[in-house]
Amino acid sequence: MLILTCPNCGVTAEETEFHAGGEAHLKRFGPGASDADFESYLFMRENPKGVHFERWRHVYGCGKWFHAARDTVTLEVFGTYSAQTSTIPQDIIDNVRDRRPDWQGQDNSQ
Amino acid sequence: MKKYSAFAVAREAIRHHTGWQRAWRDAQPKKRYDVIIIGAGGHGLATAYYLGKNFGITNVAILEKGWLGGGNTGRNTTIIRSNYLQDPSAAIYEKARSLYETMSQDLNYNVMFSPRGVIMLAQTHHEVRGYQRTAHANALQGVQTEFIGPDKVKQLVPIINVDGPRYPVLGGLWQQRGGTARHDAVAWGYARACSDMGMDVIQKCEVTGIRQENGKVTGVSTNRGDIDCDKLGMVVAGHSGHLADMAGFRLPIESVALQALVSEPIKPCMDVVVMANTVHGYMSQSDKGEMVIGGGTDGYNNYTQRGAFHHIEETVRALVETFPMVSRLKMLRQWGGIVDVTGDRSPILSKTPVDGAFVNCGWGTGGFKAIPGSGWAMAELMAKGRSPLTDGFGLNRFQEGRFIDESVAAGVAH
Repeated sequence: MLILTCPNCGVTAEETEFHAGGEAHLKRFGPGASDADFESYLFMRENPKGVHFERWRHVYGCGKWFHAARDTVTLEVFGTYSAQTSTIPQDIIDNVRDRRPDWQGQDNSQ
Repeated sequence: MKKYSAFAVAREAIRHHTGWQRAWRDAQPKKRYDVIIIGAGGHGLATAYYLGKNFGITNVAILEKGWLGGGNTGRNTTIIRSNYLQDPSAAIYEKARSLYETMSQDLNYNVMFSPRGVIMLAQTHHEVRGYQRTAHANALQGVQTEFIGPDKVKQLVPIINVDGPRYPVLGGLWQQRGGTARHDAVAWGYARACSDMGMDVIQKCEVTGIRQENGKVTGVSTNRGDIDCDKLGMVVAGHSGHLADMAGFRLPIESVALQALVSEPIKPCMDVVVMANTVHGYMSQSDKGEMVIGGGTDGYNNYTQRGAFHHIEETVRALVETFPMVSRLKMLRQWGGIVDVTGDRSPILSKTPVDGAFVNCGWGTGGFKAIPGSGWAMAELMAKGRSPLTDGFGLNRFQEGRFIDESVAAGVAH
């Protein structure tokens, strides 16, 4: 059972109050993009065994989207942050590095 | 390999069971193989078996990081059916179902295939129309299914409550030749047959890297040394993305936990498999008398093989209206497996960007039923470079937009 804190309304609740929305920080591609870029945006996923950045929605609360950093093996939550960003905030990265010193970092280039 | 038979049982009974042999050799890795299969679950072992049986390729190693059949092969709810809507799915699942019928004889190993019949309940009008369409599609595909009304459902499943207030049973898609099999025995039977053909089934051998030269696979690195190969088959379900990462490409796959649970053993009360997709639950009774129950997947990426507790509650809550007797059952065990779910909820059997490396994954929540068909098709793909059964399941379908949209026809709504 995950316990998440919504950065939009500040409520801390268990996962049944939220809904997972898949990988965060996907780079969007639209008309004019190459087939490979469009495929990558729509379907290709990091699916890491370890640190994962993902979208969540506070469905039974304020209804807003936010991002979370979580470990897919231990289910440890490193922190949540606003969805109004295309980069991972430094304090979240510091938190992850603190807990996972051998973490390779997130490739945001796709 | 000594043949298993009634005569062998009688002979061993007389000499106090001292003559049984190991079912498969505890092989040590050699330096080089023609083909290496990563993953000794059902799909990996079946691939190796049909490489040997259909194509005479027996210089094969099957590498397993844990123990044989200890992943999703030993964690599923053992349901076998082929009542799919789309032609490519129906073809490969029906191939699998038909191979299950003779598997015990082919492998000389009792996999306890029980064609007891599978009902998929229609509990909304939308589902009624959907399953009528599937029944028509199945008629064209040569898959024997039938849409039945609530009276027939009640006759087949006396413990069901067909006029529940929230989810009444309006009918069902009935596949009489579907059923269940003993999941462990499927892996064990294939492993025994592979070992008998001279293949090496190597347990506790974890692949740590995939070696390549000029874009062609040359072998793998493992915790038991480097092993060379000409062709590589990656058949590791939930860990496919992890392995693709080692090989340097990505897959359109996300790994999530799917849970199942069994009740205390009770007297025989239900001799068919019932799936209820609207309420996310499916149930059958094992030969030991346990009610085997499965539900939906967790919503988020997960490698823990556990899953969240509230999903069990949702699954059981959903079943209680349709099967009121479930409310009096004690649940004995609960477990989870990591399923690999693709963008269109259909599997991937394909070549990869690395020459000589093939991938078989993405079976998601419905892999067990496909094991022999998947192995048959994957072996043909690896031996000949193409198979009519895998043509629709290539990785290129995601780029070309040729999806096999089976979300609505799968065992549970995703």
